[in-house]
Amino acid sequence: MSVSVAAPPRAGTLGTNASRPDGIAKVQGGFAFSSDMWAENMLWGATLRSPHPFARIVSIDVSAAWKINGVETIVTADDVPGVNAYGLIVQDQPVFARVGDLVRYSGEPIAAVAADHPETCKRALEAIKVEYEVFDPVVDPEECIAGRAPEIHPHGNVFRHQRIVTGDPSVTGDVVVEGDYEIGMQDQAFLGLEAALAIPDSGGDGVELYIATQWLHEDRKQIAACLGLPEDKVRLVLGGVGGAFGAREDISLQVHTCLLALRTGRPVRIAYGREESFYGHVHRHPARIWMRHHATRDGRIVKIESRMVFDGGAYCSTSPAVLINGITHTQGPYKCDNAVVDGFAVRTNNPPCGAMRGFGVVQACYAHESQMDKLAAACGVDPVEIRLLNAMETGDKLITGQVVDSVAPVEECIRATAAIPLPPDLPSDADFRDIPGGSGRTADRSHIRRGIGWGVSIKNLMYSEGFDDYSTARCRISNGVVSIKFATAEVGQGFVMLAQQIARTVLGVDEVLLDTIDTQVGSAGSTSASRQTWMSGGAVNAACVAVRDKVLAHVAQYNDLDAENLVVDGTEIVDIRGTFRKPVAEVIRHLEVDETAEYHHPPTEDLDENGQGNCHVAFAFVAHRAVVDVDPELGLVKVVQVATAQDVGRVLNPLSCVGQVEGGIAQGLGLAVMEEIVVTNGKVRNPSFTDYLLPTFLDAPDVEAVFIEEFEPKSPLGAKGVGEPPCISVTPAIANAIRNATGRELPRVPIRPYDVCL
Amino acid sequence: MTAIGSEIYSLNVNGRELPVRDSWIGESLLFVLRERLGLPGAKGACEQGECGSCTVIIDDKAVCSCLVLAASAQGAAIRTVEGLGPDGRLSDVQQSFLDAGGVQCGFCTPGFIVAVHHLLDGNPDPSDLEIKEALSGNICRCTGYGRILDAVKQVAVSRRSGSRGDSKEGAR
Repeated sequence: MSVSVAAPPRAGTLGTNASRPDGIAKVQGGFAFSSDMWAENMLWGATLRSPHPFARIVSIDVSAAWKINGVETIVTADDVPGVNAYGLIVQDQPVFARVGDLVRYSGEPIAAVAADHPETCKRALEAIKVEYEVFDPVVDPEECIAGRAPEIHPHGNVFRHQRIVTGDPSVTGDVVVEGDYEIGMQDQAFLGLEAALAIPDSGGDGVELYIATQWLHEDRKQIAACLGLPEDKVRLVLGGVGGAFGAREDISLQVHTCLLALRTGRPVRIAYGREESFYGHVHRHPARIWMRHHATRDGRIVKIESRMVFDGGAYCSTSPAVLINGITHTQGPYKCDNAVVDGFAVRTNNPPCGAMRGFGVVQACYAHESQMDKLAAACGVDPVEIRLLNAMETGDKLITGQVVDSVAPVEECIRATAAIPLPPDLPSDADFRDIPGGSGRTADRSHIRRGIGWGVSIKNLMYSEGFDDYSTARCRISNGVVSIKFATAEVGQGFVMLAQQIARTVLGVDEVLLDTIDTQVGSAGSTSASRQTWMSGGAVNAACVAVRDKVLAHVAQYNDLDAENLVVDGTEIVDIRGTFRKPVAEVIRHLEVDETAEYHHPPTEDLDENGQGNCHVAFAFVAHRAVVDVDPELGLVKVVQVATAQDVGRVLNPLSCVGQVEGGIAQGLGLAVMEEIVVTNGKVRNPSFTDYLLPTFLDAPDVEAVFIEEFEPKSPLGAKGVGEPPCISVTPAIANAIRNATGRELPRVPIRPYDVCL
Repeated sequence: MTAIGSEIYSLNVNGRELPVRDSWIGESLLFVLRERLGLPGAKGACEQGECGSCTVIIDDKAVCSCLVLAASAQGAAIRTVEGLGPDGRLSDVQQSFLDAGGVQCGFCTPGFIVAVHHLLDGNPDPSDLEIKEALSGNICRCTGYGRILDAVKQVAVSRRSGSRGDSKEGAR
């Protein structure tokens, strides 16, 4: 038997664990995050915020603050030179609330100061006197839908209402299961707090902003409009980003920082503390979902009915898009011909909500996966069997009428997950740190019950509903050096590494420089929606291919060869029909090539009034199986193991994929059993890491991950985004495991101790 | 903020005596390290001692520098992430975080690196549970901790097999 072994890929190319170009600086503490930015003669900025969720500003008196030594400027709505409003979809959020106008959430900005020291800023904020006429906040989304609440904003109290009706709405099934589900408000809780440094141009007619964001060009558009400046007078440079997860998609301190810098003519840094960060960015939408499944006696889904209500809080942000993601993913990764879905995203006086990893699909998935276990029980079928029975395949139709033309290995994901060995039983002498309650040593071992639960999900990739979220990249060869430029926000995911891998692979060089990430090149779109590997990866690939083709044409011309026969093979240029072979490094030593490319995904459509339309670009799938130990008397839960198989198209960097999977699972675990922004009457009760509980090292489960690799032909590199799927179905998998252990219905997440034991 | 009531004092950081000038007496050690001494490696992410991003070693104890008044740290030996690698090179822990994929956004990384050095200097052969417990005061939001666990175990193994680069020497 002859065995041929393919040569391993060259170090640093696609498919390998390339090193992060920012890695050494990050482990040595020298990497410049936006909060590390510093400039000569720099001032500190700070923001005054409303303590009330709903009030009219009667007056603002800044005179006492001006008298404080070290205060350089104070700005309010009157000082905003452009439009006093911003927003990703509609511009309904004021830069500062104006005297006579409303504040609509607790934490809304009213004024900002610049001073010589953070402590001076703090004292100046305390010295500003604001008089309010306080109203009862509108906090119940149903009151807004029913039109019974006072109007919070001239744009109305409903951001969007959308129905989906498909197939025969009157059809019924032999078996019917239903439930009311609730998802709490989760925080992205990136570690690197919001921070920015604004440096005014010497003439005062422009500004440079170093900012941790997900989308430089969208920020610039909104900032320039608020500052009343042309976009080319506002230059953005990506400051090091300490995680994002959706929370940096909206404007927070960008306009305030620029405004203070332009007013004082000095560099200004604003850096939020953790409490302010909870007020300063949008959160995951809390949602209430009713869902009813009709199925045949043996468990085939016949029809799904649902009503979803997303509480968007005070301002629009991305609520309309989150809603669409939620309702269009109602069926999950399952076949379904008939559906009636009604969805609302509404405005309340709760904290504004917008993007967070999973973007509406997390909420829908929690409901449909809870339903799948109910359906399995009602039909007397195993939870795995019911999911296999209904598993979607390529070519199936969504309830929007869109055909899933992506690779759709749902069955493979489920089977591969099921094949992962279960963890051993809890040993009778288990260490206390390994059982529910951990170091608290509270759980009684004899009470602990083990449960197993499943969750499977589908997630759209890229932006939807006709949005052309293209990406741009530039590749240059100059003096033998290859450099790549793009505006793609590196937020931790490792795109900087991927860009180098692509360039090394396409061009056959080992050294690839990365230019500064800023607005001096075309837009990259947002680092969100699991889209940058596909979109910016596609742009970098296209730019590199364009440069490579120029290089090959040059070689062909000077060596009298046919360019069609030339390829880059490893680090050499080779004539596949002849003997020519020359190192790329040698060829490009004296070449100057410069190519810029845009990558656009195929166009998508809006939904019609019945929710029909090809609104999404592509999809990825994942299965999760969670194993938990529960002490039902104390309501304590320990997530022991999460097994997962994820549809990734093609693995471009194995360690990065594992990192996304493990990190996403920890966040999904957080939503399942730990994390919630508790809001009472419009006020956040736990804006700190003391009271908002994040999974620690001891909370994180053992993760056993398998990648289902099937080249995605629609994707420029054959790869699907891997960022969001890990955090979606793991939450219901854990909830289903706790239900399995306790027999309780547990309709809401996070599942709190008293939900389990009372 | 003028430095009224604050005299020039000095802190011993990474083996060097560094003067702290123009400081307001209420400043935390984290603030002074970052904003006055040019050592931004320690990060602020919660200001409550919950996340460990600001971890430094003071007299052989790993502490949250956000909870220490800078002026009260006079006379103590302070070690930050900048002082761990020998002569600007990577310590074994730093190298292992890179090799194992323990770095994503990197914001928690310096605090983790310091905490891992402290752990392994005191316990060269920790069990998985001991590692998890020792590092449960350091929050990471990106990695889910799996690759960090791998990184720590790799360092422990290579140190026991005798191939350690002694990071303590590097700091002096």
